[in-house]
Amino acid sequence: MPLVEVRDVRKVYRRDTVEVPVLDGLNLDIEQGEFLALMGPSGSGKSTLLNLLAGLDSPTSGSIRVGGEEISSMKPKRLAAWRARHVGFVFQMYNLIPVLTALQNVELPLLLTPLNKKQRREHAETALRIVGLEERMHHFPRQLSGGQEQRVAIARAIVTDPTLILADEPTGDLDAKSAEEILDLLGRLNAEYGKTIVMVTHDPHAAERAGRTLHLEKGVLVGDGARPVAAGAGAVSGAGAGAGAAGGEEGAR
Amino acid sequence: MTRATLVRANLGRHKRRTILTVLGLGIALFLFVTLQTFLHTLRSIGDIGSETHLVVTNKLGIVFPLPMAYRARLQAMEGVESVGYASWFGGIYQDPSNFFANFAVDPEYLAMYPEIVVSPEHREAFMADRTGAIVGVRLMERFGWQVGQTVTLQGTIYPGNHDFTIRGVYSAGRKGFDETSLFFHHRYLEEIARNQGMDGVVGWYVLKVTDPNQAAAIAQAVDEAYENSASPTRAQTEKAFNLSFIGMYGNIGFFLNAIGMAVVFAILMVSANTMAMSARERFSEIAVLKTLGFTDGDVLRIVVAEAAWIVGLGLALGLGGAVLLFNVMDFDMGGFAPGLSVSPGVALGAFGIGLLIATASAAIPAMQAARLKVTDALRYVA
Repeated sequence: MPLVEVRDVRKVYRRDTVEVPVLDGLNLDIEQGEFLALMGPSGSGKSTLLNLLAGLDSPTSGSIRVGGEEISSMKPKRLAAWRARHVGFVFQMYNLIPVLTALQNVELPLLLTPLNKKQRREHAETALRIVGLEERMHHFPRQLSGGQEQRVAIARAIVTDPTLILADEPTGDLDAKSAEEILDLLGRLNAEYGKTIVMVTHDPHAAERAGRTLHLEKGVLVGDGARPVAAGAGAVSGAGAGAGAAGGEEGAR
Repeated sequence: MTRATLVRANLGRHKRRTILTVLGLGIALFLFVTLQTFLHTLRSIGDIGSETHLVVTNKLGIVFPLPMAYRARLQAMEGVESVGYASWFGGIYQDPSNFFANFAVDPEYLAMYPEIVVSPEHREAFMADRTGAIVGVRLMERFGWQVGQTVTLQGTIYPGNHDFTIRGVYSAGRKGFDETSLFFHHRYLEEIARNQGMDGVVGWYVLKVTDPNQAAAIAQAVDEAYENSASPTRAQTEKAFNLSFIGMYGNIGFFLNAIGMAVVFAILMVSANTMAMSARERFSEIAVLKTLGFTDGDVLRIVVAEAAWIVGLGLALGLGGAVLLFNVMDFDMGGFAPGLSVSPGVALGAFGIGLLIATASAAIPAMQAARLKVTDALRYVA
């Protein structure tokens, strides 16, 4: 059974009295351990699909199941709890909290888990070690480069050992070298830790790193370039980052 | 890292703004507590007055004296146990800014007030010295005076410089009773007045009655006895007399309350604006928190906690400052308002006002933050 099942999903935005269809009867399966790139022109519905997969928005109609759970009909509170357990989100603009250190930013999602203070700190340190920033854990975002900020954001996304990592143009604001580092990191998370990753990108070079590339145009999937699913074994929790976190077991599937 | 860390970090985001808001709140609450304490103390003056004491003044007002000859007749009235008298001297020590109350009293007057606590030795020394004076302990401290020292007061009612020798120190036998006055012998005042042709009068009489239930009837009898004299009287209980002093301020309660409420309302607006700005600036971060899985309730609690911290610090500053100043350091506004003390009721009122400010100022931004749609906020940032 696929990890993610999207069935007949429609998303229509309403602007005053005008209805703007963004996704039109979309069907999609994403397997466990897949690294999927979503491409398409602006306004094609890539970010909307990503938001729907993250449970940040709900479809106008259709069904979205992740790990067997129907998320499109969940109440907001339950959806928030589901998101905390199953989704790690990476933004284009990193979106770190500027008044918190790198370590504190990574610890933030763990506040929603039953871990104690010491365990939260240990897990955050492990996540920062995985992204190669253990030396910068006490730095504030303003003291980091763009690439380093994005690595902190990735550490924040993986620290709860989520089922799904969703990345919205994670290299869009980075120089070529930093972008390469981030793509290497995402590739490693997929290959070594078996993380399922969905990445929205405009960059064909970035999309090449993914195992499969989907093209969206006007809310419809127009191409599916599939490559074999990465055979990564063990979740991040296997390396110690998310052990004990609420999403640990699901992430290890 | 805890949720409190996040709240504290947010408060430190704009340190200057946070500090100024806390200071503003602190000053406003200090002002509120001071006004209410002053009002509370003023109201409690009425409670200080004894029901067994009648104060007899000139019907025209306290600045007009009464003949000393009234004393014998008052003493002879039925139900009157003893009669004391006193006069306002109005002396200035070195400079008018050194204001303190100074009275000429007869021995009976002092005996009527057990609140004026003097050691037997000091009382004896005072009684033996024609120019002797008894001074409140806080007045002694204020000017660094010593027992045995001669103090010269410049007369305003009785012209000239007049010397007094401090023979005793009194302290208050009850909390809130004044400790900043100077008492001297009325017979010494009569000497001074005789030289200036102003003798034979007293400022007011105090009658100690045997039965407080008869106080009103005795007061009426006194006023009727002097109704057609050259100096008609006004006799009233000490409590009513003290309340009439408060009445001289006009409707001070209304004004103090109005000022206090205006200050609270102004600071509520400032605080609400600060909280709204703070939350609005962070809509994208709030969206990030929600993306991470924080619920609307979590976000609401964070915004409310920030407001609670700001108001809590302001309350600690304002209420704590007032308690420190009045209850611990016994600040009396240079002798103008002795016995000021922040009561539990006033402190509770300030706490309630703080709670109101925190709730009202956090309500709208907290609701906005809680209702924020993540996708809209993120799109706005991106």
